[in-house]
Amino acid sequence: MTSGAPPGDAATPAFATDSGIPVAPVYAAADVAGGQDDLQARLGLPGEPPFTRGPYASMYRGQLWTMRQFAGYGSPEQSNARFRFLLSQGQTALSVAFDLPTQLGYDSDDERAKNEVGRVGVAIDTAEDMTDLFDGLPLDKVSVNFTINATAPIILATYLVAAERQGVSQRELTGTLQNDILKEFLARKAYVFPPKPSMRLAADVIEYSSQELPRFNPISVTGYHAREAGCDAVQEIGLTMASAIAYCEELTRRGLVFDQFAPRLSFHFATTLDLFEEVAKLRAARRLWYRIATERFGAVNPAAARLRFFSGNSGTTLTSQQPLNNVIRSAIQCLGAVLGGAQSIHVMGYDEAHQIPSQDAVTLALRTQQIIALETGVTRTADPLGGSYFVEHLTDEIEARATAVLAEIEEIGGAVKALERGVPQRWITDAAYRAEQDLAAGRRPKVGVNVYAGAEGPEHQIALDQPDPEAAGKQIARTTRRKAARDGKACAEALRALERDSAQPRNVMPALVAAARAGATVGEMSDVFRTVFGEFREPSPW
Amino acid sequence: MRRPRVILAKPGLDGHDRGVKVVAMGLRDAGAEVIYLGLRATPRQIAAAAAAEDADVVGISVLSGAHMAIAEELLAALRDAGANVPLVVGGTIPARDADALRKLGIAAVFPAGTPLPDVVAGVLLAAGSLAAGSQAAVR
Repeated sequence: MTSGAPPGDAATPAFATDSGIPVAPVYAAADVAGGQDDLQARLGLPGEPPFTRGPYASMYRGQLWTMRQFAGYGSPEQSNARFRFLLSQGQTALSVAFDLPTQLGYDSDDERAKNEVGRVGVAIDTAEDMTDLFDGLPLDKVSVNFTINATAPIILATYLVAAERQGVSQRELTGTLQNDILKEFLARKAYVFPPKPSMRLAADVIEYSSQELPRFNPISVTGYHAREAGCDAVQEIGLTMASAIAYCEELTRRGLVFDQFAPRLSFHFATTLDLFEEVAKLRAARRLWYRIATERFGAVNPAAARLRFFSGNSGTTLTSQQPLNNVIRSAIQCLGAVLGGAQSIHVMGYDEAHQIPSQDAVTLALRTQQIIALETGVTRTADPLGGSYFVEHLTDEIEARATAVLAEIEEIGGAVKALERGVPQRWITDAAYRAEQDLAAGRRPKVGVNVYAGAEGPEHQIALDQPDPEAAGKQIARTTRRKAARDGKACAEALRALERDSAQPRNVMPALVAAARAGATVGEMSDVFRTVFGEFREPSPW
Repeated sequence: MRRPRVILAKPGLDGHDRGVKVVAMGLRDAGAEVIYLGLRATPRQIAAAAAAEDADVVGISVLSGAHMAIAEELLAALRDAGANVPLVVGGTIPARDADALRKLGIAAVFPAGTPLPDVVAGVLLAAGSLAAGSQAAVR
């Protein structure tokens, strides 16, 4: 399979975007619906409704996007060292990767955590661990992103205690908690509790944050993982909007005012390799959210209808073969995110098909962002592709198609019902299978894989990091020590209070913060939730 | 000859299930009977299923890097359950570990980037349902 067979077969037109939108040989004014006046109404100016052209008037002239490489492994100290390294290299904010036991609410000494401690992220068992993680990093100055979902309220509580110990008030904290549990059921699969109590916990966090953490984003509604799991750009936007609607409905049911909480909602999209479709997708997402916020939720505050997003480059576009090619892929994806108006960006390490990125790969990813920011000039004007016949046509098309996806989900009864029925999961799995067949049959060219494959490609030996065989043992010893040193009675009382609040319609955050302060572990707090809410088991996909 | 019976599972805590589901669909299209045990399956659960279902091959997918320890535990669990069945492993597996897994007794290793037809053929070969050298039939 080394010949460069052209893409396209009977089922898909030869010239179509990755999500199947047909592409004409050339675009002209007539391809943009409704003529110039209509287009101006659909675009507005950057920073103005409907925000198609960007959430802020000055865009990158005012402030570059936040460069936020996802990092964390091993112990809090090891991760702290990686954070300091990244900041010393010009990274402008932090993004914490947690290990799987932390994501699923198991302490490092739990039997179920065996083999996984510190492996895909940092192990956090206690507020003390969180304090160590940010040792010497002033939390009133550094914005921190947390990729945490099922245990998001618990991890947030440990973070609030860590900030408290630095003498930083909650009102000063900036950053983002992913806290999007719906996409865990949909695609990312790090769920713990059943959907209903999970939604309640997510809403508890947003409600608490809207009162106590005015500068913090308490959720990042995420299409990224559904996309990585297989769906296309159109479905990514439709599914993300369906989730956002579900959270907002839950919050407004509680009596929260949309105009007050919605300005702190943030979003997270993938940026893949179909450059123009991705730019159009990001523009369409902003316009669609504006419409949903104003038409459905009656937003009057423009900030409540202004979509801000974090872009993660796509790991599934990268290959284990000829890994240096991934550097190029990542640069193009980063450019797409910038042209699409991202507020913060993560660029993949070129070695991610082999391991958690090495320090070298992470540095190169950061340099990729810096080169695009400082050397290419693409930051000089807002929305540089605005008004392009092709990009505007695609933006209209994606908005219309994503609206149709959203309508399909609404017909089932909304995001939660659709998930329970497994409908979007099937879209994702079917699309992933098709993509793999297309790859195998050569219908979708992949350089170094099904075209120009073979040993003659750029040779590069991935330098494999040697994991520290002692790391897990040290973390377990530390947690054991801390459990022995705490006031056991006060901790047990705090956990009982948490159980009481969990069993009632009362926000769990104050009790979680008190428990974290009393030295309760992430596993113990999760066990309270497991007792009260039960655990979710995914039904068979077939 | 009965249809090859394949048990697939994701042991450990890793949730990346795109790959295992795609492999399941590929195996089905190739005529296999696939029993997918889902996420966070323990070695003991997998071994019990392998024995109860009289599986021809067991396949696990691990993308968290925990494949070495998990493979060892599962091999032991299969022995304990009296299930004499080949085990194959796919996922984010560096080359040095692929060799180590084969030495442990893993019948086949499919690192990230292995083309789907090769995975399908490799699993069926391990199941004894495909003669060596007849991979082209599956392609």
